[in-house]
Amino acid sequence: MMSRLLPLLAFIGLALLLFVGVRMNSGKDTSAIPSPLIGKSAPALNLPVLEMPEQSIGLQDLKGRGFVLNIWGSWCVSCRIEHPIITDMAKQGVTVVGYNYKDSAEDARAWLNQFGNPYALIIQDQDGKAALDWGIYGAPETFVVSAKGIVIYKHVGPLTAEIVQQEILPLLKGSP
Amino acid sequence: MLPEIGQVSLLLALVFSLLLSTIPLWGAHIENDAFMKSARPLSYSLLLAVALSYALLTTAFLQHDFSVAYVAKNSNSLLPVLYQLSAVWGAHEGSLLLWVLILCIWTTAVALFSKALPATVISRVLSVMGMVALGFLAFTIFTSNPFERLLPAALEGRDLNPLLQDPGLVFHPPLLYLGYVGFSVAFAFAIAALIDGRVDTQWIKWARPWTNLAWAFLTVGIALGSFWAYYELGWGGWWFWDPVENASFMPWLLGAALIHTQAVTEKRGSFSSWTLLLAIATFSLSLLGTFLVRSGVLTSVHAFASDPERGMFILAFLTIVVGGSLALFAWRAPKEVGKPFQWQSRESLLLLNNLFLSAACAMVLLGTLYPLLAEALNLGKVSVGSPYFGKLFLVLMAPIIFLIPFGPLSRWQTENFSLLARWLMPWFALAIIAACIAYFQSPLHPIKTALAYFASLWIFLGTARFVWQRIQQAQSRFTAEMSGMILAHIGVAVFCFGTLMTESQSVEKDVAAKPGQQFEIGAYQFTFQGVKEISGPNYVAQRGTIAISKNQNAITTLHPEKRQYASGGGILTESDMHGSITRDLYVALGEPIDQQGGWALRLYVKPFIRWIWFGALMMALGALLVVFDKRFKTRPQQ
Repeated sequence: MMSRLLPLLAFIGLALLLFVGVRMNSGKDTSAIPSPLIGKSAPALNLPVLEMPEQSIGLQDLKGRGFVLNIWGSWCVSCRIEHPIITDMAKQGVTVVGYNYKDSAEDARAWLNQFGNPYALIIQDQDGKAALDWGIYGAPETFVVSAKGIVIYKHVGPLTAEIVQQEILPLLKGSP
Repeated sequence: MLPEIGQVSLLLALVFSLLLSTIPLWGAHIENDAFMKSARPLSYSLLLAVALSYALLTTAFLQHDFSVAYVAKNSNSLLPVLYQLSAVWGAHEGSLLLWVLILCIWTTAVALFSKALPATVISRVLSVMGMVALGFLAFTIFTSNPFERLLPAALEGRDLNPLLQDPGLVFHPPLLYLGYVGFSVAFAFAIAALIDGRVDTQWIKWARPWTNLAWAFLTVGIALGSFWAYYELGWGGWWFWDPVENASFMPWLLGAALIHTQAVTEKRGSFSSWTLLLAIATFSLSLLGTFLVRSGVLTSVHAFASDPERGMFILAFLTIVVGGSLALFAWRAPKEVGKPFQWQSRESLLLLNNLFLSAACAMVLLGTLYPLLAEALNLGKVSVGSPYFGKLFLVLMAPIIFLIPFGPLSRWQTENFSLLARWLMPWFALAIIAACIAYFQSPLHPIKTALAYFASLWIFLGTARFVWQRIQQAQSRFTAEMSGMILAHIGVAVFCFGTLMTESQSVEKDVAAKPGQQFEIGAYQFTFQGVKEISGPNYVAQRGTIAISKNQNAITTLHPEKRQYASGGGILTESDMHGSITRDLYVALGEPIDQQGGWALRLYVKPFIRWIWFGALMMALGALLVVFDKRFKTRPQQ
């Protein structure tokens, strides 16, 4: 009898997990999960820089200017979907910092060569350890950091043109 | 007006499905003939109502009726007709409707081809399928109504997601759904058997072709999706272990296990409970897959449901269907009555096959849901990438690949494994020798190349050994079932070869190209001839021209593009390729690098990559061939 009950018990466990999953996000706009970081100063980015010849700024230059931190990986299909949007955003003059997440430098470079590199600067987090400070747990994710170094917005999942227009650009304008 | 009729028709379908899921079931319980007989006409009416509704949604797309919110969101007056038709299932609401439509088609097919079954069985089976339809119709109507009006109407539609404007993706979802939904037949049979309390091998025999058919569709659907990812996403990969892909891969793995265990139960009576459980699990994963993908839940696992109301509905439905079935299983699972077998037998080999396939499926499920689990348990936030899946999958598949040649050669009940080993030894040695030669000859990744030769030759030669045995000992008699099995197993060999050769021998090159410049990869010369601006029906594009030759003989000219769609959004990369049996040549445009027409280019040579999809196609054809075996011809009951 016990062995016959096992599948049911396993499923109940799974259902509970899914229930917690839905509850965790219900009542909120899931893609804008309020990060505990919002309103606090951004954690340090002590990470190696992925060298790309066209990179225009360094980590030290980030102080005193608002920027968008975009988490991506060459392995992430959704990142490919949002990539044109990021490119557009960069063309509109936004400083976008790429956070290359759980990726090899070689793959990341190949990916950028093919799809274009909109990032002003790319930092590499190969094993995802530093991501814990930021509360990053997947790609794509996007943060907005103000000129004073305060995290003011977080989006989970691929960006859309609407989000950029309606959320991110106004935030950056408000904090030049 | 027409969309309102579609809406009413959908409500009518809901009523039919409610009747179908109750009356025949009750009829079977109290043995009332008239109630049981209502199952077939109700199935047909359900199909009619859903089909009408679907046809009217399609009409709204063809007429550019932008007062229907769903049409306004997913179509555009510039959209080509083919994509207007496929836009119907391009987003959540419409794809649910397609799902229900396909379910109704399967239900009707079951109603038509089940004359040989006892009335109680068929009315229960149709009732269970009606319940599934009921759940999906309710989900569609109450949370995702495709006929919702947009007032005032939009002047122009927002256009179908450009990524989906591709012939490959036109057929990918319907085929995938035909597979997913097809497993509902095996599921309905399992439930009917559990209600009845016993497993009649006749019913299993009857259910087998349906499972094979569903699995064949699913295989082609997944292969098509993978092929689309390969040439449309422009990255040269063909499988990404993306949650969306995993969602379709899990039922495929269990479906493969189910095909094998159904054969055991039908022929030997063994593993009957396991077969029922597997039928339930396969369909449950199909449900989970559909929902996870379609509710936008899994594009990023951690954003569980894009709409909490939908998420809750999904969960409630899953709980009722899966929880209910498993509770029924715990309560009524039949006692094992199969013929006894020794551990050295075909039964135990098939048990191993099932063990590894199920373990692989569990591994994929765990990896897909792990981020959610870790978050719920406060283990920190993690995501699982392809390294986890790739390695574990290889470990779990290696034993299956090793065991494949033994299966067909072994006998039921009792077998002498050392005899099998002696038969296969020369072929094993041959595969090893070929692998050694490959190891020393290979220009790149010698170990993977050796594995490619070993795995594919071992399966191929081992299967050939079985064919030879049939020719020697059974006067070359091959049933359709056997031929299907042979074809599918050779398909596995072809697939292994394609996968491992592509992984090991691909050459990728990033170059900065000036017009007229030539690049060499292996024996191939790629000549860049420049980039021009062109305009398509609903986009403008930068179009590159690259001539390719081998040893100075021209092979082809490729035209990769970067497209900007009129409806806005970003720039899409359209790569171009030239395929042949032994290799693909693949070119994608990067970015312009200077004012003199220079561009960054990405060039690939991918040997044997098409074998991946040929292999999958052979597996699907094999499964399909089994359907036509004489043993499955149903004779009307005496």
